[in-house]
Amino acid sequence: MELLNTSLPYLLPIVYAVAMISVFMGLCAYSVLAERKVSGWIQGRVGPNRTRLPLLGHIPILGNLMTGLGLFQPAADGLKFLFKEEITPGHVRKSYYYLAPIVALAPALTTMVVVPFGRYVDADGVMQPLVLANVDLGMLIVLAISSLGVYGIVLAGWASNSKYPFLGGIRASAQMISFELSMGLALLPVFMWAAAPGSEYGMSLFGVVQSQQSAWLGLWQPLSALIFLVALFAETNRLPFDMAESETDLVGGFHTEYGAFKFGLFFVAEYAHIIIGSAVFVLLFAGGWNFLPWLADPWGDGLIGALLSVGWFMAKVFFMIFFFIWMRWTLPRFRYDQVMSLGWKILLPVAVGNLVLNTFIIAIYDTLTR
Amino acid sequence: MAKTKVLERKPLTFAEKTFLPQIAGGLKTTFATMLQKKVTLQYPEERPNIPDNYRGVPTLVRDPNGREKCVSCQLCEFVCPPKAIRITPGEIDPEAEPDRAHVEKAPKEFDINMLRCIYCGLCQEVCPEEAIYLQDVFSLSGYSREEMINNKEKLYELGGTLPDSHYKWDKKKAAEVAGNSH
Ligand code: SF4
Ligand code: SF4
Repeated sequence: MELLNTSLPYLLPIVYAVAMISVFMGLCAYSVLAERKVSGWIQGRVGPNRTRLPLLGHIPILGNLMTGLGLFQPAADGLKFLFKEEITPGHVRKSYYYLAPIVALAPALTTMVVVPFGRYVDADGVMQPLVLANVDLGMLIVLAISSLGVYGIVLAGWASNSKYPFLGGIRASAQMISFELSMGLALLPVFMWAAAPGSEYGMSLFGVVQSQQSAWLGLWQPLSALIFLVALFAETNRLPFDMAESETDLVGGFHTEYGAFKFGLFFVAEYAHIIIGSAVFVLLFAGGWNFLPWLADPWGDGLIGALLSVGWFMAKVFFMIFFFIWMRWTLPRFRYDQVMSLGWKILLPVAVGNLVLNTFIIAIYDTLTR
Repeated sequence: MAKTKVLERKPLTFAEKTFLPQIAGGLKTTFATMLQKKVTLQYPEERPNIPDNYRGVPTLVRDPNGREKCVSCQLCEFVCPPKAIRITPGEIDPEAEPDRAHVEKAPKEFDINMLRCIYCGLCQEVCPEEAIYLQDVFSLSGYSREEMINNKEKLYELGGTLPDSHYKWDKKKAAEVAGNSH
C-alpha cells in the first residue's frame, strides 16, 4: 500500500499515456476504415462489408449491421500487414530503411501529448483541459514536432536508393518547407487575438479554445482558417497535394520499396497526421469542445459534462477527417509546379497580408478602446 | 461558306479565380453521389443477369429427346483459332441407338482446353448440327492445368438440353412411317 502510494504519481502518467496511445491507434485504424468506406460511397460502391469476427459477428441483427459497416475490417487489415512476407530489397540502405517508418510515425504520436481533447471543472470550480501535458507552448510544440514527420518520408525516399522514392522524398521536403511558412503565418493572427498581452494562456491550445467561447475563430478569421486548412492538406500529404506519393507518376512515391508491416507503419502515420491535423484545426478554428458559436456550453460541471465535451470535440474531429476524405475524391491532384506556385506565390503573400491586416486592426482597436 | 459563331469568352471573375466556388460545387457533387443508390452487386450471392447470346464457356448440348447432337464432324476443331478443341471420333453403340448407329458418328472424346479457348464463338457458328453452344457460364477456375480441360462428360453436364427447332431424327422417323424415307 505504502509502495503504491509513493509510486502512484509516476505510474499514473504512464497509465494515461498507454491508454491514450491505444485509443489513438484505434482511431487510426478506424480512419483507415472510414477512408475505405467513404471512398466507396462516393464512388457508388458499398466498401468493405464482409469481414466477420466469430461471436461478435454472430449476434443476431447487430452482428450483421457491424459486418455491413465493415467494423471488423481494421482487424483483418492489421493482421494482413503483420503476416505478409517482409521483403527488404537488396539495394536499400538497411538501417535508414528500417528507421524511416518509425521516424514517420513517432512525431504524430508525440504531438498527441499536448493536444487537449476535452475539459473538466476541478474542485475549485476552475475549468481545466483534459490533456496529457498542458504546456504553455502547446501550439509551438505541435508545429515543431509534426514537421519532423517529413523526415520519415525523406529518409524513406533516400534509403530506398531508387529513383521514384527519391523523387517522392525530394518533393515532400520541398512541399513541407513551402507550406510550413504559410501555416505558421496563418497561425500568428489567431494567437494575436487569442492570447492578448496579459492573458494567462500564452500559446497553449487550451487558451485558444477558451477564447472561442462566444465566436469561433474560423468565423471571424476565415482567411487564416482557409490558409491553415490548405497548408494542413499539404502538410499531411493528402490529395490534392500528395506529391510525395502521387501514384500516377511516381508508382508509390516514397513507399514504393516498402511492404508488409513497414508499409503499414507509413500508412498509420499518414492517418495519425490527419487525426492530429484535424484535432488542431478544430481546436484553433472550430471552437474545440465549445457547443455552437454564440451559444453557452450545455455541458455540466460533473463527469457527464467532461464526457460530453470530449464527445462533442471528437464529433468535430470526425467531421474533419471525413472532410479530408471527401476532398480527396473531389479534387484531382495538382501538378508539382502548381503546388509550388500555390504555396509560394499565392498562400504566402496572402498569409503575410492577412497578418499585416490583423496587426493593423488590433492596433486600431486597442487605441480606440483604451 | 459556313458561318462560324465566335463565342465570347468572359474573363474570370474574382470569385472564379480563387476556385473556391468551384471547389464547393465539386464537394456538393461528390456528396450527392454518396447518397445515391449503390451500384455494387454482392457477387457470389447475387449473380448478374446474363443477356441472351452471351458468349460464356463453350458447351455441348443434347436435343430435347436426350440424343447427342454432335456428329463429330470436327469442323469446330478445325475452325478453332487457338486450337483449343480436340476430338476423337467414335462409333455409336448399335445396341443403344439402333437408329443412329452406322448412320452418324459421335465423339468418343471431346476435350476443350479452357486455358486456350478465347471465347470467340466460332465453334458455335460453324457447327452444322447446332451441337456446341457458348452459354452463360462465365466464371471458371481450377487448381491444375488438367482441371481446366473440359472433357466430354463435363461439356454435356455444362450444356444440358437446349430447345431444338429441327428434331432431325423425329422427322426421319415420321417420314419412314409415312413411307417416304428418302
Ligand atoms: S469459342 Fe473459339 S476458341 Fe473457344 S473453343 Fe470455340 S472456337 Fe475455340
Ligand atoms: S460440335 Fe458441331 S462442329 Fe464440332 S464436331 Fe460436333 S457436330 Fe461437328
